[in-house]
Amino acid sequence: MSDASAVQHPKLQHYFHSLRQQTETVTLGMWMFLVTEVMFFGGLFAVYALYRSQYPEAFAAASSHLPINLGAINTAVLIGSSLTMVLAVWAAQTGRQKMIAVFLLLTFVLGAAFLGIKTVEYADKWNHHLVPGPSFQFEGADPGQARMFFHLYFAMTGLHAVHMIIGMVFILMWVPRALRGEFTREWNDPVEILGLYWHFVDLVWIFLFPLLYLIGRHTG
Amino acid sequence: MTPLVSTGKRIPDYLNAAYGLKSWLFTTDHKRIALLYMASVTMFFFLGGLMAVLIRLELVTPQGDLVEPDVYNRLFTMHGIIMVFFFLIPAIPATLGNFLIPIMIGAKDLAFPRINLGSWYVYNAGGLFTMYSILNGGVDTGWTFYTPFSTTFSNTYVLATGLGIFITGFSSIMTGLNFLVTIHRMRAPGLTWFRLPLFVWAHYATSIIMLLGTPVLAITVLLVALERSFHIGVFDPAYGGDPILFQHLFWFYSHPAVYIMVLPAMGVISELITCFARKRVFGYRFIAYSSVAIAVLGFLVWGHHMFTTGQSIYASTIFSVLSMLVAVPSAIKVFNWTATLYRGSISWDTPMLYALGFIGLFTIGGLTGVMLATLGIDIHVHDTYFVVAHFHYIMVGGTIMGYLGGIHFWWPKITGRMYPAFWSKFAAITIFIGFNLTFFPQFILGYMGMPRRYHAYPDEWQVLNVMSSAGASILGVGYLIPMIYLAWSMRYGPRAEANPWGAVGLEWEIQSPPTAHNFETEPVVDKEAYAYTAEQGYVPPTKEAEFV
Amino acid sequence: MANHDHDTPHITGLGTYFAVFGALMVLTAATVFVAFQDLGMMNNVVALGIATLKAVLVLWFFMHLGHATTFTRVAMASTLFFFFLLLAFLFGDTLTRDLLDVPGRVIEL
Repeated sequence: MSDASAVQHPKLQHYFHSLRQQTETVTLGMWMFLVTEVMFFGGLFAVYALYRSQYPEAFAAASSHLPINLGAINTAVLIGSSLTMVLAVWAAQTGRQKMIAVFLLLTFVLGAAFLGIKTVEYADKWNHHLVPGPSFQFEGADPGQARMFFHLYFAMTGLHAVHMIIGMVFILMWVPRALRGEFTREWNDPVEILGLYWHFVDLVWIFLFPLLYLIGRHTG
Repeated sequence: MTPLVSTGKRIPDYLNAAYGLKSWLFTTDHKRIALLYMASVTMFFFLGGLMAVLIRLELVTPQGDLVEPDVYNRLFTMHGIIMVFFFLIPAIPATLGNFLIPIMIGAKDLAFPRINLGSWYVYNAGGLFTMYSILNGGVDTGWTFYTPFSTTFSNTYVLATGLGIFITGFSSIMTGLNFLVTIHRMRAPGLTWFRLPLFVWAHYATSIIMLLGTPVLAITVLLVALERSFHIGVFDPAYGGDPILFQHLFWFYSHPAVYIMVLPAMGVISELITCFARKRVFGYRFIAYSSVAIAVLGFLVWGHHMFTTGQSIYASTIFSVLSMLVAVPSAIKVFNWTATLYRGSISWDTPMLYALGFIGLFTIGGLTGVMLATLGIDIHVHDTYFVVAHFHYIMVGGTIMGYLGGIHFWWPKITGRMYPAFWSKFAAITIFIGFNLTFFPQFILGYMGMPRRYHAYPDEWQVLNVMSSAGASILGVGYLIPMIYLAWSMRYGPRAEANPWGAVGLEWEIQSPPTAHNFETEPVVDKEAYAYTAEQGYVPPTKEAEFV
Repeated sequence: MANHDHDTPHITGLGTYFAVFGALMVLTAATVFVAFQDLGMMNNVVALGIATLKAVLVLWFFMHLGHATTFTRVAMASTLFFFFLLLAFLFGDTLTRDLLDVPGRVIEL
């Protein structure tokens, strides 16, 4: 409210007093959206946790069919994309407008690399008849329970991938805006909240990786 | 009738700020969006009501002679789905909340006006999918979609309806997110948390539930869709899944959803009681905190829907105790409202009739809720008409009474017109009588053991069922009367002043109807809510008198 | 309203970001390494512990929760609380279901 009397910034909506109030509001809005996302994924994680605790052997056996090296590489790729995303936010905050676009594009490329590796993994599952469906085959003690593991694997990683694709669409939409010089030191809310969203997607993977790939690795 | 604008020049109100269909369909004005929502919600209310009419007609006679059993299954399912997801949940927040929250906190709009408009479109998109399934024959699973029936056996349009609910859930999330952020970040100078009207507090608590609960419903519906399409097995015992898991996830949202429905109504009642008793609210902070307490505790009790499912007896016991705990904040509210009435100078305007009706009916609904939370009694009356009567006392007697009371209270502000006093009081009393005649016999029926969701019943229960159906027709008439005179008033009603009730609150300090930006100069708040004074008809009691 | 009123938003230095990135990489390597050691029950605990540590680093530094308003932090903490509530009651039911020897109540796994 201190700068309410100052000249109206073109990006300031009429129902806010100041850019600062607007930024705080928009950021809080994104955090509140992430609250709903936590609960959305939370429901799925709860389902996973329940069956993992009921069928530990079958889940461990099924889990050992996942390629740990690809999973680890993907984790690194995604964390790398989080770094480039936070650098894009940093570039916006320090007024380096061209660098925003560069880092956003880098984030996009790393996101695409993640999805590419994911596709290789999915194809691998298909070739080994581990995609639940008519061709599903699993040599192990409890094929029914392993089938549930793979269903949950596809549901969880699939939902995560959908979130990544949505994020990548927005990244692409933000690049021309950055190049036009729309994001300034004073006003860069869209970059900031896109960053929050992207890091959240990273967070989900940080938990998916150990839960899906690493459990029971020592026994399998 | 002079607008309270300091410049003296009359600024067009929000209804006349722009004209044409486009100015409504692309509006970002929270007041216009509230009216858009009001139209949609009213349409779904009468659609759901139509199903109720058919259900009550079928139950006039003991034989199932009006509709086929599976048609009856679809009727009560669609009645539940439409009323819960498309009327009760959005009814008060999306209409009255949308209209009033920015004004009550002295803001020009909600934090995200375009998201607000988007939520209305999302709501209607969800409604379209549900309508599609209704037109094709509907769903017969009950509004609860219990697995494995919904995932494996039902041959009806589960996917389309589920998609409709999934989509509509997002409109609820968008509304809740908007309210929460707005209340946090956009209050006028001087408007501290404890100067907020209790209506705002109630909506704050409601928004918390919308944000935390609705996503879980979304993922649950998604899993049902996956289970039904690909048999992923999480709810199917044949693949090692657990059907009761579905009920856990479903009620994790759907029990708190009851509080999404009733908390906003409680907020309305706090405004009405203080205005028509001309008195400060008794125990402001307790009512405010009890709203948040209801929201939080509401998440701890969902297992009381599952006492007869095979849920662990230990879990059931804990859920039973916690369920009774929710009665405490609810009772705090009821006691504080009655204490507010005490020694107030009470006037019997139409909104007050609804408010008093609410208190009585909600109390009956709440107390029978405590009975149902008791393990032994619940197993006796589980899935009987006792449960049906209980939740209709909360939802119809609570939410709809609150909604109608609020509509009548703020109608002059929303439309700038007054409605006929006689007819509105007549309708309020008709609704109260009709409601009780409809649902009180159902308590008795349920206690005698009549199960819900059956289209035929033994002969000895006919008298009570006929009473219930007769009450339903009175209730139906009661709902139609306001439709007529409110529609009439929009064109022919006398013009309303800025503050026809002599109420306090920011919304009564601006003109009726408000201008597009609500406030031409930003308000500064320097007093508590409900600061009714002696000249408004209230003599403050001495300190001792307050505790006599 | 705002819990902290700087005039300019806080800008974290590049060094911090690269250090956090390095730490996340090390932790990823560590969690893969530990997964192959047989620690019994502790394997799950360690895996989830490392994941939580990584999550905290991302939240605190990349998502600037360290400089966010108190309400934002409280909101995230209470969201986790409600998620754990869901887990707690879910397991509270399933783990105690067959403790009482009631016929028809025992779930065969």
